[in-house]
Amino acid sequence: MFESIQQIVFGRLTFEDFIHEPIMAGAGIGMVGALFAVIIGLTFFKKWKWLWHNWITALDPKKIGIMYLIVAAIMLFRGLADALLLRAQQATNGSAELLNSDHFQQIFSAHGSIMIFFVGMGVIFGIFNLIVPSQIGSRDVAFPFLNSVSFWLFAVGMILINMPMVVGEFSNAGWLAYPPLSGLEYNPGVGVDYWIWALQISGIGSLLSGINFFTTIIKMRAPGMTLMKMPIFTWSVLMSTSLIMFAFPILTVTLGLLALDRTLGMHFFTTMAGGNPMMYINLIWAWGHPEVYILVLPAFGIFSEVVATFSKKRIFGYTSMVIALVAIAFLSFTVWLHHFFTMGAGADVNTLFGIMTMVIAIPTGVKVFNWIFTMYRGRVDFKTPMLWFMGFIVTFTLGGLAGVMMSVPAVDFQFHNSLFLVAHFHTMIVGGVLFGAFAGFAYWFPKFTGFMLNERLGRYAFWFWIVGFLLAFVPLYILGFMGATRRLDHYDPSLGWQGLFIVAGIGVMLICVGVFFQLLQIVYSVIKRKENPAGSDPWDARTLEWATNSPPAEYVFATIPTVTTRDAFWEMKQTKKKPTEPEYEDIWLPKNSGAGIIIGLFVLIFSGAIVWHMWWLAVLGLLGAIVTTIIKLSDDEPDYKLTAAKIAKHELKLKLKLQEKTV
Amino acid sequence: MTRAEEEVVIHERKTLGFWIYLMTDCVLFAALFATFAVLKNATAGAHGGPELFDLPFVLIETIILLTSSFTIGMALLGSVRGYKKQTFIWLFVTFALGIVFLSMELYEFMVLISEGYGPQRSAFLSSYFTLVATHGIHIAIGLLWMAVVIVRLWRHNFKKTDINRLALLGLFWHFLDIIWIFIFSFVYLIGGMA
Repeated sequence: MFESIQQIVFGRLTFEDFIHEPIMAGAGIGMVGALFAVIIGLTFFKKWKWLWHNWITALDPKKIGIMYLIVAAIMLFRGLADALLLRAQQATNGSAELLNSDHFQQIFSAHGSIMIFFVGMGVIFGIFNLIVPSQIGSRDVAFPFLNSVSFWLFAVGMILINMPMVVGEFSNAGWLAYPPLSGLEYNPGVGVDYWIWALQISGIGSLLSGINFFTTIIKMRAPGMTLMKMPIFTWSVLMSTSLIMFAFPILTVTLGLLALDRTLGMHFFTTMAGGNPMMYINLIWAWGHPEVYILVLPAFGIFSEVVATFSKKRIFGYTSMVIALVAIAFLSFTVWLHHFFTMGAGADVNTLFGIMTMVIAIPTGVKVFNWIFTMYRGRVDFKTPMLWFMGFIVTFTLGGLAGVMMSVPAVDFQFHNSLFLVAHFHTMIVGGVLFGAFAGFAYWFPKFTGFMLNERLGRYAFWFWIVGFLLAFVPLYILGFMGATRRLDHYDPSLGWQGLFIVAGIGVMLICVGVFFQLLQIVYSVIKRKENPAGSDPWDARTLEWATNSPPAEYVFATIPTVTTRDAFWEMKQTKKKPTEPEYEDIWLPKNSGAGIIIGLFVLIFSGAIVWHMWWLAVLGLLGAIVTTIIKLSDDEPDYKLTAAKIAKHELKLKLKLQEKTV
Repeated sequence: MTRAEEEVVIHERKTLGFWIYLMTDCVLFAALFATFAVLKNATAGAHGGPELFDLPFVLIETIILLTSSFTIGMALLGSVRGYKKQTFIWLFVTFALGIVFLSMELYEFMVLISEGYGPQRSAFLSSYFTLVATHGIHIAIGLLWMAVVIVRLWRHNFKKTDINRLALLGLFWHFLDIIWIFIFSFVYLIGGMA
């Protein structure tokens, strides 16, 4: 009797689920402790109201962007800590007895999922929010409230993926959870369910964001900005969001079907009753390969802006850059099978996908040459963003060549699931996406804070990163050749791998030093902010986002600029048109709304309840989310008016402040 | 730009955004159709489509749903021209047809399950139930949305924003119709042939 009531109320949750082994318990307690410290701090300094009004309920994309970046940064630390544990395990060959096999598996699954979904996606959406509207001469995104919902769904996913540290366990089935290992038969616990719902919820957030930014770019460009006058970064976002719209529904379906298998006992991917596990692998990579380009195209965009600005030249081969972006976006849907050449699809199919994979290297190569030609005969200024670019172009080319090697099916049979593969995709994602994000961060930081980052510390961070990065991953290429497969928690000492694993471990430690310098750089720059004001255009840049104040006012542009050429802001500076006394107009901006976080909380209740099979709570969460949505959408006055007089006053104040500084 | 002009632009923006959403939903259904195509013959020794589907019953379902697509179009025309009574009548008819369609689908599911052909029986049935039920869930969401639109039209006396939303609901409803035509053709007709 008691047990059945307990089962109805708590599902499969019991007290034992809160008990963890020391390392995980430590991390869990640390996490909860940090949360408490933040809550106490907020209460002590009476900052709750400030947090609620300025951040949590904000619909301003500049603020949502910063929140994305904060979440992504915290997740980067989590992912890095996971990487350290994995490397410690492999460098000591398990002799330190840090982790048992099961915990090791949970950690590599968490590391991959977190780095892709919550670091990679987090930074690109953060940068989309911060840059895209102002770069196209717009004040806001197309759907400001939807933007807030997207962010909170992303945050809910983040909470779900970290919850296993406190209650339950995480998936041990790798970052893509291949069945039948991730099926009910071999994984009856809550781990895979946590994985499914964390990705499902944040994935839906990503899809909504993709629709939002696509519509923004199509519909909200400044007058005169035709498609072929858009900055390359905006083009890259347009292509990346197109990929999101095509790829993420497939992920939603794939995860949904796996959830149905696990929760309702269906047979999509089981080994019984006609289920087809290989179908999962096709479906997940039909999303997974475009996902790689969803992440890396915006990084290409950032580098295009950085190279042009710091070479004091317009980007070389604008049209070919755009064509290359479009070609990559299209081709990225034609190569997914190269992730499982060994599945046995037959020589013809493998050949086709092998050739398509080689073809995709062509537009990527076009981009690399365009960047180099942009630098050629330019007045190149090696500031931190440019250093990240130099690091990127070397590592990315090396990693790309490794990729082309693996595109030959016969060769891939050797490399499949080896550390060579692991080294390859880390070179692409760390060297491409992460370096791109760092370059973008260093480049746009002054725009959003109004002060410069310290150059010297930035340079230290870069050098520790790049040396650490090469030390961490070059050994993995070699180990791959020697036959080391991925995800090994121990190996026979006679194989002679340990030395290289130790080198890789040292590399990760150097990366940690790099991250330390990045943190130090931010803290130091914040402290010294008075001495390093940025002004509105510190780099002598080329695109419209630099035509705003630093930091930009809430309404970004007092008057919407008219665009006549590419590199619109550069053109404005060259022609030195005296700005006529601008005519301000009344504008409408979205009011803050708490509905985003409330919907997020209900979705968290819903998905958390499904993980633990508390059905009544899941229904409650779902109802709550629906009712909140209806109430919010019934609000007929979502915007407020900012009068022309107020804008004029604010602009005048800024101008006076600027004059004061220069005097 | 005056506020009135801006509201037109905002509505255009929403319409484009909604169209794009519908296209992503199309991809979602495409993935489910692909899954069904792969698992169509994976009946695990149990009955397949030809033995299980009651085609005349599904044909009636189809006719009901197609009719509702016509009636929601009539409601939309009425609302744009300001014929309030006509709008409500057609909306109620659409709503009722939607309810009947959904009930018939649930009945069909219940019969299958009670005969031992639930979604757990075979991979074929898993994919069949999932594809058709996903469409059904969309219909249910559409009905909820329709209820909200009806209440708001009534309360706010045909405000422009509500008429715009009715237009988007119309798009959604037609879209579900098109998906159903594919379900009817591929799942029931082709899948139901021996």
